[in-house]
Amino acid sequence: MAQSGNHSVANPAGHDEHEGHHDLEALRMMGFWIFLITDCILFGTLFATYVVLHNNTAGGPTGAELFEMPGVIAETFILLTSSFTSGLAVLSMNRGDRKGLIGWLIVTALLGASFITLEITEFVKLVHEGAAISTSGSWSAFYTLVGTHGLHVSVGLVWMISIMLQLGRHGITSVTRRKVNIISLYWHFLDVVWIFVFTIVYMMGVM
Amino acid sequence: MAQHPAHGAHEAHDSHEAHGSLKSYVIGFALSLVLTAIPLIIVLNDVLEGTSAKVVLLASAVLQFVVQLFYFMHLKEEGKPRWNLMVLILGLIIVLTIVAGSIWIMTYNSVG
Amino acid sequence: MLDNIKDFASDFFVTGDPLIYGADVAIVLTMIAVVTALTYFKKWKWLWQDWITSVDHKKIGIMYVIASLLMLFRGGMDALLMRTQLAVPNMEFLSPEHYNAIFTTHGVIMILFMAMPLMFGLFNLVIPLQIGARDVAYPFLNSLSFWLFFFGAMLFNVSFVIGGSPDAGWLSYPPLSELSHSPGVGQDFYIWGIQISGIGSLMTGINFIVTILKMRAPGMKLMKMPMFTWSVLSSCLTIILAFPILTVTLALLFIDRYLGAHFFTLDSGGNPMMYINLIWMWGHPEVYIVVLPAFGIFSEIAATFSKKRLFGYKSMVFALMSISLFSFFTWAHHFFTMGSGADVNAFFAITTMLIAIPTGVKVFNWLFTMFRGKLSFPTPMMWMLGFIPCFVVGGMTGVLLSVAPADFQFHNSYFLIAHFHQVLIGGVAFGYFAGLYYWWPKVFGFKLNEKIGKWAFWLWNIGFYVCFMPQYFLGLMGMTRRVSSYGWDKGWYELNLTSTIGGFLMGIGFLFQVWQILHSIKFMEKDTTGDPWGGRTLEWSIPSPAPMYNFATVPRVSEKDAWWEEKQRIAQGLAPTPKPQLEPIHMPKNSGIPFIMSACFFVAGFGFVFDWLWMAIPGLVGVAACMLYHSFNYNTDYYIPVDEIKRTEAAAGRAV
Repeated sequence: MAQSGNHSVANPAGHDEHEGHHDLEALRMMGFWIFLITDCILFGTLFATYVVLHNNTAGGPTGAELFEMPGVIAETFILLTSSFTSGLAVLSMNRGDRKGLIGWLIVTALLGASFITLEITEFVKLVHEGAAISTSGSWSAFYTLVGTHGLHVSVGLVWMISIMLQLGRHGITSVTRRKVNIISLYWHFLDVVWIFVFTIVYMMGVM
Repeated sequence: MAQHPAHGAHEAHDSHEAHGSLKSYVIGFALSLVLTAIPLIIVLNDVLEGTSAKVVLLASAVLQFVVQLFYFMHLKEEGKPRWNLMVLILGLIIVLTIVAGSIWIMTYNSVG
Repeated sequence: MLDNIKDFASDFFVTGDPLIYGADVAIVLTMIAVVTALTYFKKWKWLWQDWITSVDHKKIGIMYVIASLLMLFRGGMDALLMRTQLAVPNMEFLSPEHYNAIFTTHGVIMILFMAMPLMFGLFNLVIPLQIGARDVAYPFLNSLSFWLFFFGAMLFNVSFVIGGSPDAGWLSYPPLSELSHSPGVGQDFYIWGIQISGIGSLMTGINFIVTILKMRAPGMKLMKMPMFTWSVLSSCLTIILAFPILTVTLALLFIDRYLGAHFFTLDSGGNPMMYINLIWMWGHPEVYIVVLPAFGIFSEIAATFSKKRLFGYKSMVFALMSISLFSFFTWAHHFFTMGSGADVNAFFAITTMLIAIPTGVKVFNWLFTMFRGKLSFPTPMMWMLGFIPCFVVGGMTGVLLSVAPADFQFHNSYFLIAHFHQVLIGGVAFGYFAGLYYWWPKVFGFKLNEKIGKWAFWLWNIGFYVCFMPQYFLGLMGMTRRVSSYGWDKGWYELNLTSTIGGFLMGIGFLFQVWQILHSIKFMEKDTTGDPWGGRTLEWSIPSPAPMYNFATVPRVSEKDAWWEEKQRIAQGLAPTPKPQLEPIHMPKNSGIPFIMSACFFVAGFGFVFDWLWMAIPGLVGVAACMLYHSFNYNTDYYIPVDEIKRTEAAAGRAV
């Protein structure tokens, strides 16, 4: 069970090389998966804090008063679609279609950018309506939870652009293949987190 | 990493961790759309209220999570031993503990 | 202008205490000495190429050990300062404010900057060798983890002379740690120092899980792994599940302080108790994180020096893994007095008592391992034998504390202090010392002097009991933790003085250890066998110190204690397992990025501490630039040719 994992046994000349590199890339995929689990716990802790503190509005505005659902619903469908298109990018890659791969990644990144734009617009509006991070425990928890997700999406955008540049330079290799797989996994993960933000923060908030 | 081209030889290796088909992505996307629409219809039209609405909301979210896990993240295709699945389950247990434990412990300590 | 500078300097640097001026002078002199020595001996290049940029797990391990021993010195000095202040009633050695700072830094340093890195050092030094691998899964990340820890620790320690130390306790409970009650920069040093090194710890956890699950030598099935490897796996699982909680909790505290949020404030809907709830969700697993590897070390040592197989292998594995999971269900026992209701307290009291069961199982396994073994008692074994009674008593006082109604009496008294020092010194420190003594010859290629080592052991062991047994009684007599002085009328004088004497005995024990190391370097007793103790696991099958690629050919494993079985086969006149032919070895290249990136983190952290965005933002930009640079760099590995392997093996006296 363990032998396939030892990347150091690779031979530079023979066919072993592919095996070695392939294993190395599989090893990195596994590490990234574990990282995502730690990120799950990070968001879980933020959710716990939100759930405990969300009624502590200290007499200030509540979410039910200020949330505007059309924008949130748009964000939700945009992010869901981008999760789908990042999957299509991987499918293009598996076909060896570099153009299709980069094209779908661009679509994904554009959708991600519009998600962030909508979120920032929402935040600015909320602050103008008197709900800033320092307004109450409830809003502190809101901005931190939703903002941490937004920060993850923004980091993902920069990362995705860097991968597109690398794809342009190196083409589809075992290394870039792994990187695309990882970013798409990350993107699916962010959509999953958003499902819970959408459900627990917004839907239950306006209910 | 020394550079070397991608080629057919790799496909054989990759087959056990292949990344789904168009079909699986489309099914996943469609199910996700439906599972997002259900809560919207229920809450915005006031079909259900209170606890029952919460249950439906959370159930849709969890179902959508499961759908994406299988159709987008291809959890099922992992080879044995299924480390990824095991770590995921462990992580989810801890997340549940954190959320449920915090709610329980803080029940008597809420100071609005 | 001059006045401005003066004003700034008097705020920026910590002033007013002769102890601090003394420390300032010592720090400056040490730095000058180090720089001069490096320049004089022309060692800068060596330092950069062989150490700072190294991604070799063995070198990273050594750097962890050195850094953690320095931190042990600093944390130990803090302890002795506190014990001096408490030696007699109404002592005026430390001011109450200074005392607050010292007990805070003592706790943080000992747990996060001493125990954790010493543990990571042992992981690095041993795990790849023990599972027959050539490095960890992600050598670059490993180096990054170390440097993040290093710069995090530096940032934390800088607070001693610049800006002021944190002084709200080692877990920094709000509201005391909030801006309203701690307006200084000390708390921000605390947050950023721990945050930066915490990222490193999380990455180490991931790294070693993947290393252990995926990089074992062929044939080493999970149930054939050495017990130390199992304990590291269980500890790392706990790390990856617990550390994100710490990251969030500290981040929330920082957002409170920096952006005026209201998570844990007393007004505007904040709730300080949520912090206490969250921090212990990390804090309780944390103590198991540090103690589990010690259990693994003792298992190795018990088997080696009894010349017997470890008793109850399966139950040991089960105990380790169940502790790492159960440690997540007991956190509320740290705040029974918070008032969460009888149901909560009852539940967490029971889970706490339950977790004592697997721990008890392990103690019996060690005893049965030694039972009727061919025992010998070199220093690692001595620490093991010192550990068992100490940990049993410490564990049992822990069970006393877990009884919720009784805890209302024990809470925050010296009884608690004595309890957790008994498990942390008797369990963790003794365990890591044992490990260090045990694997020292493998790491450095020479043995440590046994005679001085035994002196050190007895000083530590006796000093421990003299120091902490009185504290149980002081706790029962009503002395609470964190008091900086007490009156003659309390009747605590004799016990406190005894305790202080014990503390200094342990301090002398530490000096003996330093002497032991220096003495052993001078009169070097080289280990040419690679197997000085008659070891059982794979790390003893290769030369000491291990060559940079560890194993010339990857070993094939067919049973537990692979090296022991191989030796038995050879002793019976059977042929040794044939080795495959030498092949070029694939190795990762050194990289300066981890160092530079961590230094950027330091700059960013320092900027945030002083609210200097002109410094914090460039720091963060530097971090991002390093990440992108690394992502675009595809030239990260090379091969060691067969000739070079042959030369290296021959130089170590091994035929290939």
